[in-house]
Amino acid sequence: MSDRYIARSAAIAARLLEGEMVIMSALDSTLFTLNPTATAIWQAADGVTPLQEIVRQAIQAQFSEVPESALQDAEAFVEALARHGILLLSDRPITEASALGATS
Amino acid sequence: MSRLIEEITARGVRMGLPITVHMDVTYRCNERCDHCYLDHEDHGEMTTAEIKRVLDQLAAAGTFFLVFSGGEVFMRQDFFEILEYARRLQFDVNVKTNAVMIREAEARRLRALGVRRFQVSIYSHDAAVHDGITRLPGSLQRSLRAMRLLKDHGMYVTLANVLMRQNMHDYAGTQRLAREMGIDFALDPTITPMLDGSTAPLTMRIPVERLQEVYQDASLGPLGGDACGSDAEDVQGNASCSAGHASCYISPYGDLYPCVQFPMPCGNLRQQSFQEIWGGSPQLTELRSIRVRDLPSCSSCGNVGSCSRCPGLAYMEGNMRGPSTADCEKSYARTGHASVNLLARMNSAATTANPKLVQIQV
Repeated sequence: MSDRYIARSAAIAARLLEGEMVIMSALDSTLFTLNPTATAIWQAADGVTPLQEIVRQAIQAQFSEVPESALQDAEAFVEALARHGILLLSDRPITEASALGATS
Repeated sequence: MSRLIEEITARGVRMGLPITVHMDVTYRCNERCDHCYLDHEDHGEMTTAEIKRVLDQLAAAGTFFLVFSGGEVFMRQDFFEILEYARRLQFDVNVKTNAVMIREAEARRLRALGVRRFQVSIYSHDAAVHDGITRLPGSLQRSLRAMRLLKDHGMYVTLANVLMRQNMHDYAGTQRLAREMGIDFALDPTITPMLDGSTAPLTMRIPVERLQEVYQDASLGPLGGDACGSDAEDVQGNASCSAGHASCYISPYGDLYPCVQFPMPCGNLRQQSFQEIWGGSPQLTELRSIRVRDLPSCSSCGNVGSCSRCPGLAYMEGNMRGPSTADCEKSYARTGHASVNLLARMNSAATTANPKLVQIQV
């Protein structure tokens, strides 16, 4: 997994319910519910921590080892959310200004 | 309502969370619609700071869907500030408006804020009828222009068509207009008493025979308010709707009610926190204890499985455990079978001296 960065889009609605994050895209009204591991990745998406580090920490919080397949699954999940505009994905750190700018 | 939204609402009911909150930020309005249930005065609206404090409390309580309405929301000069604050708290924001004050700059700003959906009241495709109901000349043209702007900027727009005697022959043309504009159409024949208890607007309800025609019009799909009903075969253990269970209404003065159509005072947000009211109001506790089996008239009614009985309208008739005659009429229009309540009213009317009273209408 190369160094990539993720940030939460401003064009979403989100709320933590029973440990699962519920997210609605304001762009296309797609509604997601994230499981606890995905929720941890989502909450850590600060734009400056490398994705690989976020995924490792999120999965290690649930499991003792981090299988390679889990990292691949997490990357696929991040890319899927990015396609819906839920997460911003970049090869460089994402500032708050650029994250907000992506919503207009 | 999508399956996921239904699931989230069901989760809210199960967990006792206020998933959906409808907040009227003002009762002031630039239109004077014939059927309106509000008085259009400012009796001491919550300040910007008070509303922000309530929004903080709602976010902490788990509210996800937030509906801003009025009155006309844009009559408040701080409405964009309120919207911006709500979006920072990551609510899914829906706005009900007549839209006449929305122009290009406002549409662009609303899009940038991530407001997802708008519901705009349009009474007819005919300007004379629409403007006659709103009593604001040129209002149809201004509302339609704004709706096109909102849609062009990528926001979802629903044309809400409240049906009353004044416009009951226009819904097909209004539906066609929505289709031509590429926006959703929602027809709702529900006319409610005024919040002060006046029943004057009820004279504008369309007659039952006309309601039957509307319900038999296959082009319309489910009508507004019917989403409150249940298709379940065994509904006796169900609550009537999500009001007070997973949703509530907040007035511009901070009063909390189960629903905008259910004026049972449960507390005031200037005197108590949201959680104190939501978790501790005796009125909400009582409402949450009621199941269909507890309704003395409706539980034995043959229409109970498909009825959209509104406990708020029943409350306005005097008993939240009683029937809502407006919904009895809808059930009759939909199924052709008179409800237990309507049969009782007809029998009661038949024994009176004046046979003209034998009608299935309020």
